[in-house]
Formats: sequence, structure tokens, C-alpha cells
Amino acid sequence: MKLWKRLMCTARRKSPWLFHMNSGSCNGCDIEIIAALAPRYDAEQLGVLLQGSPRHADILVVTGPVTKKAVGAVKTVYDQVCGPKAVVAIGSCPATTNVFIDSRTLDGPLDKHLPVDVFVPGCPPRPDAIVAGVVKAATLLAERGYAAEKTEVETVVIGDPEACTSCCASKPQEGAEVQP
Amino acid sequence: MNPVFSNLLTALARFLIFPGLLFAVPAAWFFLWVERKAVALMQERVGPPFMQPFWDFVKLLGKSTPPRPGIAGFIMRAWPLIAVGSAAGAVGLLPVLPSQGGFEGDLILLLALLELPSICIIAAGFSSRSIFGEIGSAREAALSVSYNIVFLLAIVSIAASQHTFRLEDLAALPSSPLRWLGVLAILICLPAKLHINPFSLPNAEQEIYSGPMTEYAGPELAMWELAHGLEWVAATGLVATLVAPHMAISSWMLAWLAGGIFVVLSIAVVLVLSALAAATARLAIDSSVRFYWQCTLIFAVLAISSALLMRFRS
Repeated sequence: MKLWKRLMCTARRKSPWLFHMNSGSCNGCDIEIIAALAPRYDAEQLGVLLQGSPRHADILVVTGPVTKKAVGAVKTVYDQVCGPKAVVAIGSCPATTNVFIDSRTLDGPLDKHLPVDVFVPGCPPRPDAIVAGVVKAATLLAERGYAAEKTEVETVVIGDPEACTSCCASKPQEGAEVQP
Repeated sequence: MNPVFSNLLTALARFLIFPGLLFAVPAAWFFLWVERKAVALMQERVGPPFMQPFWDFVKLLGKSTPPRPGIAGFIMRAWPLIAVGSAAGAVGLLPVLPSQGGFEGDLILLLALLELPSICIIAAGFSSRSIFGEIGSAREAALSVSYNIVFLLAIVSIAASQHTFRLEDLAALPSSPLRWLGVLAILICLPAKLHINPFSLPNAEQEIYSGPMTEYAGPELAMWELAHGLEWVAATGLVATLVAPHMAISSWMLAWLAGGIFVVLSIAVVLVLSALAAATARLAIDSSVRFYWQCTLIFAVLAISSALLMRFRS
């Protein structure tokens, strides 16, 4: 039984399948996600696959500052992803709503609606930061397999948070762990 | 030993050990990896690690599934299991080693078992009640009607020219130009049967979400992946059996050699199909159907008419 649990954790770490959700992004982060999967950064060597259906995914990758129109869709898609699951917020928009802060068309940032596990700040973030964020989320999934229940949401920020705040109005998350 | 008992034992060993489950499941994962790795190398990527299909399978087994109440949910869960069972049965029927009677290597049963996963996919898409699943199933049905005419005519022409419906006897007979024509027709049909480019229409990733598999999750999806891998083994194994040089197996050494040639030929077929998949983009459904009805059907008709002519003359 313990062996099976260990095998499962390794499998979760080695096979993160993504579902990409755009919640009103400018498409800047989306093309960086594509770049992370394309030949130059080739995320498939870490087992990362972009899936067409949220039912198949382990990790929900969200871009965009969550517009009012997108709130329902974001929540629905999050519920459609089968557990155990993680959420990765790509870019400064889902972290802080970025330059669109206080806009009347927004209902962000993302962690108002979903438990976000990993923030990858940047406008847009580099593809290697996105790959690092996805791998971190997969490691979190594996670690949660060891712990019996998910007790509290541990939030991780990939890369330099100053790069985020230089273009944002506020910091992404207070007391967040910073991964160099 | 009682001959009936020993026949049963051989059939069980074939289904469970070689070329059945114990060989076919790792072979399915290996072929899935070869396909993904070959496509990655042709796109100048590094590609997935060797154990990737195995890790994917284990991870999917550990995921939760949405609640599926009632008889509809039960039916929906049953389709991937039927697909895995029939694909594994098809692999077990391949006459890699010689048999003593029974229905090992029976061509009609093999074709039926090869066809069953695609029927399961069609039924699964409709029973999932997802609009994307229904589109995918409709495409699979249209495609299956088109390529199966060519596929079946090719195999029937090989069988009719050699007067037998036993795959083992077919493989034992000397090769003729007609058989190579038939193998070519089968190779043209395999991309559609295995849902790879340019005929990856039913499960068109991103375009219609995942087609019939859209609603499937966790262990059910793992079974679909396994069924797909087993289909790879069965379909490439069928080609390998028809192409492989026949040898009378008298000793264990020769049996190992026959098994080795079978595996090498199967991998060669996988590589050819992967190269095709990497080099092409997805066709539209009308172009695919037109391709099979207009371009390849004429060759299949030529093959079967020449087979029948040969049969009347002999």
C-alpha cells in the first residue's frame, strides 16, 4: 500500500497535464505558454502535456485578470477538473489585475475565486518561468499525496516578485514564499 | 496430457502471456512512447522520457472521476473496459508462435476484435452526452465507414487469393504481388484506425476538446489510453505478421528469433506511421472521407477483382 502511494506520488510529479484557461488575457501570456510547449523549451520532456478537455487535466493554467464575464467560466472549469488538482496563475494579471486594477469590468484577482497554488509573475513571464511554475505545481500535487488532507493553501511565487511589482499596483501575496 | 486441456492451456498462455496481456501491455506503453518520441525528434524536441506512458497511466488511475449515477453512468464506464478487452484479445490472436488448432489466428475474429474499440469509441461519445463527444463520435462513424471498406477489401483479397481465412496459413504461404498490394492498402488505413494525423479527426485535440473522450476522466481515461496502445500493438502486429518471412519453428532458438522479427517489424511500422503523423496536419472530415472513397477504393476494388480472377483460373 505504501509502495503504491509512493508510486502514485512519483507519477503525479512526472505527468502534469495542463488545461489552459484564458480569463480575459491580452494573449501575451498565452503565446508564452505556447512557447514553453514548443521545441525551444519543450516542456514535454518533463511529461507536460496540454490537454483539450478540463476533465483530463491535473493543473489549471489561468491567464488574464478575470473579467466579470469570465468569472462563471473560470469557476465552472475549475469544478470540471478532477482532483487532485492545482491552479497556476500565469502573469501579473491573475495575481494583481496588473494595469487594469480598479477597472469596472473586472472581478479579479484570481485568488478571490479559486485557491491559487503557484503564481508566475511577469508581463509576460518568460517560458522557463512558466515551466518552473508548472513543475512546482506538480511537486505540490505529489507532496499533497503524502499528506492526508490539504490543510491550507501554500502559495508559491516563481521568479522575481519585484519584476511583478514594477508594473503592478500591489504585491501579489503577502508573506508568500519566493522561489529564485 | 489431454489434448483439449493442453489446447485450452495454450490458448490461455497466448491470451495472458505472449503475445497476450503480459507482453501486450508493456508493448502498448512502449509503442505509445516510440510514437511520441519519434514525433518529438522530428520536431527537433527532446520528447518524453522512456517511462512516460506508464507514469501517465498510474497517475490517471489515482485521479477522481465525476459521479455517474444510474444505468447510463454504468454503461459509460463499461465502454473503455470492453475496448481494452477486445484490443487485448486481438493481440492475443496474432499468430507469432505456431498453434495447435483452436481459433488462434482466425482472421474474421481478429478483424471483429480490431473493429470493436472503434465501435466502443462511437458509443462512448454518444453515451457521454457531451456535444463535443457527439461531434467526435459522428466523425469516427463517418471515417470508420470510409476506411473499413478499403481495409476489409484488402484483407479479403489477400485471403481469397490464398483460399484461407486463417492468418497463420496466410503468413505461411509464399508472398505474391497481391499480398504486397493488400499490405499497402492496410498501411493506408492504419492512420485512420489509430486516430493519428492526418486522420486524427475523431479526437481532434483542442479543435473539439477531445472528441468522444471529453467527459472521461481518471481511471476510465487510463483504460482508453491502454486500449489505444493495445490497438497500436494489434494493428502493427497484423502488418508484421503479413510481412514477416515465414519459418518452420522447430526449436526454442527459432521461436525467439520469430518473436524478435515480429517486434522489430512492428516497431518499423510504428516509425513509418509516426513519420507520417509528424509530417502532416489534420485534414477536414470531408477531405478524409473523399480520400478513402475516391483515391483508395479503386485500388481495393482492383485487388479484390484480381484475387477473384486468380481464384477462378486456379
